Amino acid sequence: MNRLSEYMLPPAKSVTAETTDALFTFINNTSLILLAGITVAIIYFSWKYRRRSDDDVTPVISHNNKLEITWSVIPLILVLIVFSWGFSGYMDLRTAPDDAYEVKVIAKSWLWEFHYENGYVSVNELHVPAERPVKLVMRSDDVLHSFYVPDYRVKMDVLPNRYTSLWFQTNEPGESIIHCTEYCGRNHSNMNATVFAHSQEDFETWLETAASADDDMDPVERGEMLITRNACDTCHSADGTRLVGPTFEGLWMSEREMEDGEIVTADENYIRESILDPNARITAGYDPVMPSYQGSLSDSQIDAIIEYLKTLQ
Amino acid sequence: MAQTSAELEERLDHLQHHFVDSDQQFDSSKMGMWVFLVTEILTFGGLFAAYIVYRSWYPELYLEASTELNAFWGTVNTAVLIGSSLTVAMAIRSAQLNQIKGLIINLWITIGLAVTFMVIKYFEYAEKFEKGILPGRYYSYDGLEHEKANIFFSIYYMMTGLHGLHVIIGIGLMLWLVKKAKQKVFHSGYYTPVEITGLFWHLVDVIWIFLFPLLYLID
Amino acid sequence: MATTDQNKTKKVQVRRFKPEENPEKHYLNQEKGLWAWLTTVDHKKIGLMYLASIAFFFFIGGVLALLLRTELLTPAQTFIDADVYNQVFTLHGAIMIFFFLVPSVPAALGNFILPLQLGCKDVAFPRINLASFYIYVIGAIFTFISITTGAVDTGWTFYTPYSATTGTSVLMMTLGIFILGFSSILTGVNFITTIHKLRAPGLTWNKLPLNMWALYATSIIQVLATPVLAITVLLLAMERLLGIGIFDPNLGGDPVLYQHFFWFYSHPAVYIMIVPGFGIISEVISTFSRKIIFGYWAIALSSLAIAFIGFLVWGHHMFTAGQSSLANMVFSFLTFLVGIPTGIKIFNWLATMYKGSIDMKTPMLYAMIFLFLFTIGGFTGIMLGALAVDIHLHDTYYVVAHFHYVMMGGMVMAFLAGLHYWWPKMFGKMYNEFWAKVTAVVLFIGFNMTFLPQFVMGSQGMPRRYFNYIDQFQGFHQFSTIGSYIIGVAFLMMFAYMMHSLFKGKKAPANPWGSRALEWQVSSPAPLHNFDHTPVIIHGPYDYHQPMSEFQLGIATSHNGHHAGEPVTVEKSVTDKV
Repeated sequence: MNRLSEYMLPPAKSVTAETTDALFTFINNTSLILLAGITVAIIYFSWKYRRRSDDDVTPVISHNNKLEITWSVIPLILVLIVFSWGFSGYMDLRTAPDDAYEVKVIAKSWLWEFHYENGYVSVNELHVPAERPVKLVMRSDDVLHSFYVPDYRVKMDVLPNRYTSLWFQTNEPGESIIHCTEYCGRNHSNMNATVFAHSQEDFETWLETAASADDDMDPVERGEMLITRNACDTCHSADGTRLVGPTFEGLWMSEREMEDGEIVTADENYIRESILDPNARITAGYDPVMPSYQGSLSDSQIDAIIEYLKTLQ
Repeated sequence: MAQTSAELEERLDHLQHHFVDSDQQFDSSKMGMWVFLVTEILTFGGLFAAYIVYRSWYPELYLEASTELNAFWGTVNTAVLIGSSLTVAMAIRSAQLNQIKGLIINLWITIGLAVTFMVIKYFEYAEKFEKGILPGRYYSYDGLEHEKANIFFSIYYMMTGLHGLHVIIGIGLMLWLVKKAKQKVFHSGYYTPVEITGLFWHLVDVIWIFLFPLLYLID
Repeated sequence: MATTDQNKTKKVQVRRFKPEENPEKHYLNQEKGLWAWLTTVDHKKIGLMYLASIAFFFFIGGVLALLLRTELLTPAQTFIDADVYNQVFTLHGAIMIFFFLVPSVPAALGNFILPLQLGCKDVAFPRINLASFYIYVIGAIFTFISITTGAVDTGWTFYTPYSATTGTSVLMMTLGIFILGFSSILTGVNFITTIHKLRAPGLTWNKLPLNMWALYATSIIQVLATPVLAITVLLLAMERLLGIGIFDPNLGGDPVLYQHFFWFYSHPAVYIMIVPGFGIISEVISTFSRKIIFGYWAIALSSLAIAFIGFLVWGHHMFTAGQSSLANMVFSFLTFLVGIPTGIKIFNWLATMYKGSIDMKTPMLYAMIFLFLFTIGGFTGIMLGALAVDIHLHDTYYVVAHFHYVMMGGMVMAFLAGLHYWWPKMFGKMYNEFWAKVTAVVLFIGFNMTFLPQFVMGSQGMPRRYFNYIDQFQGFHQFSTIGSYIIGVAFLMMFAYMMHSLFKGKKAPANPWGSRALEWQVSSPAPLHNFDHTPVIIHGPYDYHQPMSEFQLGIATSHNGHHAGEPVTVEKSVTDKV
């Protein structure tokens, strides 16, 4: 029966996952035994006591105190076990160790921003050191979201008006998927990200070089890479398809009508403003839903994005 | 009561087919109304819960914002409503004693007091609207420091607004009772609608008695 | 009327009233024409109008579900876009819950059966009963306005701030649900009053059918919880209309407060949906086992216990929402306590079957399916109540599967058991037993194919309300979709044999199942005013060891006083007079 639970659960990659899985397996197995008993009783009674004639006389058994107490107390004991087990596991999940490495998370519709201690910001990629507890302090920029890593068995809602936090520790370098699990609108199901666990050394190297890693790339290539990395392409296509936001194709230097009737030319300043203060001017026919990239894109990165957009004629 | 048994027999026109007798019908109606009043209390209970939550989060907000409410007119309104509770009770008494004229007069007085309450409420609202203390996102008053002052007034408007709606419904019910009383529908053997409207009116009164100190008399 | 004051029982003269087997006049043919139907205050006709309405909404909700499942055949877009998908799952949830599940047993079956089981001519307030039906219709009209003016894409939970900011027609939908709440409240008020005041002579609380206990518990929840929903959706509507800011963080409000408000109604609402199902199952199992129910008081009181504890567990929907660890602990603990009375019921039903005389007719088959599926629903509920595990499973397909096992595997199967059980009493026609059983089996297979894979997907980490999903889940999704089509086929089959029964079915006898319950002691279909006599009850509804003649008693004299629910003593000599 343990095989069933193993099949049902994703690989356990955090130090707390073991407790969760053990409890899951315990409830699963107990339930299966009880369910089997009930099912056998249903089938056996249905057959054994089937009606033989219309004049069947049945015994008057209105209650049986011993039996009733038994089947009230045994389940009560079982659920008390499950309760305390679940609660103690939960307290472990809630109490982050003091030496945890802290990353700030900002959820925006529909992307995840990760802010590191040195000021670097990554979008939809969370890099963490392995073999060390990591604490995420999270808030949302707009509606409710929820941060979920199935492999780590951790989940926490992300709220716009207060900070929430969770912690985990993984001991093996590797990748795991992050989902948003609180419904947040059109692209809810695309609001995924990846957590990369590195060894302590690799993590430090990554953190040092990440900020400058793309500095010497060709501007067009760099722009294209940034579009993907910052999840711009969730809402803006490069091939003319209409998604949540306007397509990038043919955008550069085009005349655009705004919601308030104003006509603007999509030049450098317009694009810059659209990235840093997206709701200042809204293209007619679209909703004001884009989050701001203030603080997560540098000037040189915005230049690179503009260079890339120029190529999409 | 100088009615003969023949006259009483005649006056069973109010009895619905599925009840055995008048008593059962009366008991059922009264119980139904009590259960309904429980739902009313829970409806307001939701608003009271919102009130309590915000008050425990921002006690200073309530101290500050309640000064904008006019305790004098609030007190007058409380007196008006308590008076109307008395007159509605007298109306029921009149019906029980077969005094249809007294019933109608008491109902009119109750209606008059209820209208007085609404008029005072209107002037209170108008004074606030003037200042820019409008509900929700239309709030534009800057005489209060607290950044959540708009929420206090949202709660104020929801509570007093819902209560005011109940007062209006009560006025409607009592106008209907006056009409029926003039048609000589009610008598000592049948005054259920008067009784349960009275119950409803007492509830409206009781809710106000809670709203008044909670909103107007915080300091 | 001779009253013996010592033991406060009333002595009445009774005689036996045997139901007419071929009634010429009954409630279906005594008042004719569409207008007579639309303005009827007869609880049975109102029940049937509700039945037709909820069948209509179940059909709409079901088609929406099939659209969802079809879209999920492939990981990316299959045939509708994300916006439409979000609207469809919102409507599926809102329609199934507010327009089907909540009114299904209380307002449709309950309306039909409650006065018949209590031995009275109608519910206490027949006109309010009719009004509640029209309030339901008005609520439905608002919902349709909402659908045609942009639909709703918030999920049936309407969480703020998304619901306060999205561009869809949330206002109309919340107003529709606000109006609908009154329909539910009025039904609850009506039922509570009727059960208290209109019971037949001799029908004391300890002889009340368990179905009545279940509806009583349900009505209490309806009366206590629905007003809170009403105020919640009213505040939400005001949030959109005026921006009152109580729930919207952009205006200084708190979205978690909204969740507390919402679940304070919506968790008890789950019990509004399932508890009446328990009542039906008790009736069906006792009747088809032809045996006294085991643990009458345990079943009756556990319904009330569930109703009571059900009010204290709403926070278990918010384990990951950011409430305090202490709150989570308390809510988790109370959640497990609800599990105990539920488990007790299951064991009592099994014990009732023990040494019974079991006739596996369609209603009984549905009751057995209920036992199996609802048990799974219950156990997976224990899984979700365990804090550490819920952190992993919350908002995944595991919750979706659990909810459907409880609601469809539990509630809908109980509803179908009740529908088949009381069908002869409603229409005076029998349905085809063979096809009914085949359909039940097809439905059982389809249901498990649809929802079992969702447990696996959920625990592997598939979040709910996802339009796109990662490739590893495609196999499960496709299996689930095929299962849903089988469910669709089963309901089409059911529609076919039910229609056949209505128009060409065999005439039903007054008491086809040999039940001792009161509603079976009148002719089928029931007379216009239920009983032409005042019934007198001297045995419990499950006393199969007593002769049938003692269940068909009525007051011998024509006029009688007001003595609802009072204990009576019967002079035995007149009992057997026919």
